[in-house]
Amino acid sequence: MKRSRAPYWLALPGWLWLAIFLVVPIAAMASVSLTTGNLIDGFAQTLSVSNYSDAIAKYSTQLVRSLVYGGVATLLMLILGYPVAYWIAFKGGHRKSMFLFLLLLPFFVSFVLRTISWGFLLADDGILFGTLKGWGLLPEDFHVLATTVAVIGGLVYNFLPFMILPIYVALERVDPRVIEAAYDLYASRFDAFRRVVLPLSLPGVFAGVLMTFVPASADPVNAAVLGGTGNTMIGNIIQTEYLVNSNYPTASALSFTLMAVLLVGIFIYARALGTENVMEAAAR
Amino acid sequence: MNNPLLRGLTQSRYSRRDALRVAGFSAAGLALAACGVQGQKAEAPKASEVADFWSTQQKHGKVVFANWPEYMPPEQGPLKQFQQATGISYEYKEVIQENADFFGKSEPQLRAGQPLGYDIIVMTNGLQLAKMIQLGYLVALDHKQLPNFAANAGAKYKNPSYDPNNQFTIPYQAGVTGIAYNTKYVDEKITSIQSLFDKKYEGKVGMMADAQEIANFAMFAVGVDPDTSTQAEWEKAAAKLKEQRESGVVRKYYDQSYIDAVAKGDIWLSQAWSGDVFQRQLAGEPVDFVVPAEGGTIWIDNMAIPKGAANPVDALMLMDFLYKPEVAAELTEYVQFVTPVPAVQQILAAKGDKDSKALAESPLIFPSAEDYAKLRSYKTLTAAEETVFNGIFQSITQG
Repeated sequence: MKRSRAPYWLALPGWLWLAIFLVVPIAAMASVSLTTGNLIDGFAQTLSVSNYSDAIAKYSTQLVRSLVYGGVATLLMLILGYPVAYWIAFKGGHRKSMFLFLLLLPFFVSFVLRTISWGFLLADDGILFGTLKGWGLLPEDFHVLATTVAVIGGLVYNFLPFMILPIYVALERVDPRVIEAAYDLYASRFDAFRRVVLPLSLPGVFAGVLMTFVPASADPVNAAVLGGTGNTMIGNIIQTEYLVNSNYPTASALSFTLMAVLLVGIFIYARALGTENVMEAAAR
Repeated sequence: MNNPLLRGLTQSRYSRRDALRVAGFSAAGLALAACGVQGQKAEAPKASEVADFWSTQQKHGKVVFANWPEYMPPEQGPLKQFQQATGISYEYKEVIQENADFFGKSEPQLRAGQPLGYDIIVMTNGLQLAKMIQLGYLVALDHKQLPNFAANAGAKYKNPSYDPNNQFTIPYQAGVTGIAYNTKYVDEKITSIQSLFDKKYEGKVGMMADAQEIANFAMFAVGVDPDTSTQAEWEKAAAKLKEQRESGVVRKYYDQSYIDAVAKGDIWLSQAWSGDVFQRQLAGEPVDFVVPAEGGTIWIDNMAIPKGAANPVDALMLMDFLYKPEVAAELTEYVQFVTPVPAVQQILAAKGDKDSKALAESPLIFPSAEDYAKLRSYKTLTAAEETVFNGIFQSITQG
């Protein structure tokens, strides 16, 4: 029997896309991260691995801070998002799609604009705090903007749907009959959730964590718009090194470091969760 | 490592071996993996080259002007007049939000020899403009075609230190960095830069994220003249900023968003750019502006023609047109920054209405000789100095 080659040809655009927009830029970035020099005299390839150690030494504070912010935000999103996904999946009834639409509605507005509007809502004397202070419910110098709380809050708000949607998809696929079967076997409601529903939803949780932790840790916008002194994240540093300092080697080295740290983190997390095949689970 | 032979040998060997080992790289990836970023340091063009270039250029009847937001009256009067007077049609684009950002995005294109699609760009006399000049990304101007500039530009706006003889740039507008404060919350008259360091305003002070801006103010605060400052003095200034940050006086290091924060009352006083504050005052917001006694920073936004511009002759004509006093006056009435055309003062004074008169008398639009004596420019830095300078001050703003 002669096998058709058509599927391979059909996959070609995809492979080309990956080659041109992923492999080539990553190779170029890897190369640049090992160069030394400055913009005026040019950057010469010197294979200087010290770019990495120097950048990590200089910016370890911001790197660790980003991972902590990203981690805390992801945990909060999980705590907030799981019940929402559960409720829509099991109690949403025929209005499920409407609830999902409402969930996504704010996200039709651009990311930066949404973040800036929080700046207006949370202004020290803005519509919320101004009113509360007027009633004497808050002390005069109370403020949320320019604090760590604001940055993590912004991250939670901006990435929450990416946590809820995958969990919803996983829960939605749970066959109600397996839950019935659990009850038939004398499981309490809590046991049924813990031993049946939760394990079945774990691939969704995994995908949700992946889709939120990675962008939240690397995000420069929330720290810039909502943060204050000492809230600078690694994304802001990379932006400054690239755009302001034109220090392409350091910017590239930091980007790679961040990528590596996130990848290692994800694989440790996958092991901890007992997922055999990470990507398969995420794609399920 | 600047020996080209040595570099060539090490580079090609590295790329081939390494790329093959990693395997799966496309041919393009392989080629790219080999190269660093080529330096483009350009020698200043010779006068004969400049003359040759301009002798081959012709008017095309259109021009594309890339500028900052809110830097031209909304009805674009000066540009419409230009179109009527010359028959040259224009496209006006508000695409420049920040020097670093604009430079960072344009640099790869210019390096690859691609046109930006703009005939005139506007950049401040800072690090990025210096790089544009050093890298040869700007077209040397033909001053024979700039008669209005020669006749009407103020002496202070000709032959600046960052661009001797205006070889590549002529000013668009200038402005002053001083202190803005919200009069609803601050009940004293701010006069000194020390107010920005005052414990009384803990958590209510805004400073700028830009290394040059914050450095100048810190140097004024410790009594150092930025023009002649040394690395030791930068460190002394940074120590002052560090103390200001650690005692909780600074709320945040701002970009352009500082002005909203002052107007809303999130911060009570902040480093500020003069024109921003006047536009807020016109809108009736309770903000005031002062150039501190210790000194302020004067900066100049410059028009330039980027390399590869399609319509350089038309661009030059528009740049010169903006130096007609009556056109410059119309611009000043809206943008309210410092104009490089001194004759605007008489035109506004002669208009008779109250607003024009106030503008003509404002020391912030037409600074007096004493005011100018207090004002300093951004320090000009070499590439090596810049690394040190940015390192010192960014560790404060981005710590």
